[in-house]
Amino acid sequence: MISLLERREKFRTYFSLTINECIKIGYDSLFIVSIVSIFMGAVTTIQTAFNLVGPLIPDYVISLVVRDMTLLELSPTIIAIVFAGKVGSNIAGELGTMRITEQIDALEVMGVNSSSYLVLPKIIASLLMFPILVIISATLAIGGGYLAGVLTDVITGQEYIYGLRYEFNPFNIPFALVKSYVFAFIVASISSFQGYYTSGGALEVGKSSTNAVTNSCIAILIADYVLAQVLL
Amino acid sequence: MIEIKNISKSFKDKQVLFNISGKFEKGRTNLIIGASGTGKSVLLKCLVGLLEPDVGSVLFDGRDFSRANKKLTTEIRREIGMLFQGSALFDSKNVEENVKFPLDILTETPEKEKLEKVNHCLELVGLNKVNQKMPSELSGGMKKRVGIARAIVNDSKYLFCDEPNSGLDPLTAIKIDDLILELTQKLNTTTIVVTHDMNSVVEIGEYIMFLHEGKKLWEGNNKNILKTNVKELNEFVFSNKLMKKIK
Repeated sequence: MISLLERREKFRTYFSLTINECIKIGYDSLFIVSIVSIFMGAVTTIQTAFNLVGPLIPDYVISLVVRDMTLLELSPTIIAIVFAGKVGSNIAGELGTMRITEQIDALEVMGVNSSSYLVLPKIIASLLMFPILVIISATLAIGGGYLAGVLTDVITGQEYIYGLRYEFNPFNIPFALVKSYVFAFIVASISSFQGYYTSGGALEVGKSSTNAVTNSCIAILIADYVLAQVLL
Repeated sequence: MIEIKNISKSFKDKQVLFNISGKFEKGRTNLIIGASGTGKSVLLKCLVGLLEPDVGSVLFDGRDFSRANKKLTTEIRREIGMLFQGSALFDSKNVEENVKFPLDILTETPEKEKLEKVNHCLELVGLNKVNQKMPSELSGGMKKRVGIARAIVNDSKYLFCDEPNSGLDPLTAIKIDDLILELTQKLNTTTIVVTHDMNSVVEIGEYIMFLHEGKKLWEGNNKNILKTNVKELNEFVFSNKLMKKIK
């Protein structure tokens, strides 16, 4: 980690690299994040409605549950696992291929700090883009829940909105954002490490990608538990 | 000039290089030759700083690279150009961006000047109208040429080539050899080529260092290599029928 901050290149270089990474990491992940989020919200609504049948439980509890589950757990954690699968494997594969084809050596021979040049923009871009993806995901999941609830007639639109506003704890939003920053750092750093230290050939690049996803997922789940224990 | 003094290198229990010394003069093509697995590439990596020798020193015009602080290491590395065995072109950049890369990252040269320099280097290596092509669209020989253009674009004082002919047909291999020789003389660089290609040895070997099992067994040039009495070198040089006939 220290080597990322040593012998850095010009600010301009990092700026353009970070913008490119933001597009690759953030914009290119929008489609999969949107699809996953909409269905995640829709399924949560239907399943909550299925489990909360009873004359004493008001319907708006469904959207209250969807709201809290989405903010506290589903959007940050599930999207982080999707992020590890899409972005983490991509980072490890890209860096691993650069390593085995001597592109990283070429950077070092030129006097460029390769770890800083290649890894730092990916970590910064992940920290910038993943919280935005989580915000978009939460919005779409709640929207997906609304659509599923209204279209299948398990809850009215008015009740859904009422439930969303009912006893809302504003701390859930910063909590989700703190989780998203931690998960973004975990995915970007673990995947970069796996890719950067690849040695061998194509087989090892594949292994690095797999390890990046596996290790990131495990680290995300551990961090998820620790953060819940500490912050809630 | 690059001078190496008593270089030794081992990986865990296996010693790969044994006490190697030599001088690589400026303005001539210096070859490090030997069979596969004799430590040529390890020596080259020690020279360019990708590996640290266990013992010994590497001097770039008197500056000790192996004991240099970070500032001097960066300074020397920025005077080095290297052609890698697989060319090591950046996949995500086109030819122009690849060649321009050292200028972008290491200098404050204005964009117009950079492009002029890139085009000049591409002309020197005999490539025209390929600026916008991606590395995946180039042949092996063209990739090597782009690699050479990238290595010299920053007015490198030291040019290193790791097996520049590997994977090339004989005709293209000779062209690459001639290009390395021509550039060395024209740009007055200290050029070190690691190879096991006998054509290169005969064509451009102005100074040759022969390695065998990690030891320097012989040094000389392409004129006296054919008359050597060193058994291991003879076996290496005259391993194919054509060379036997020449002998």
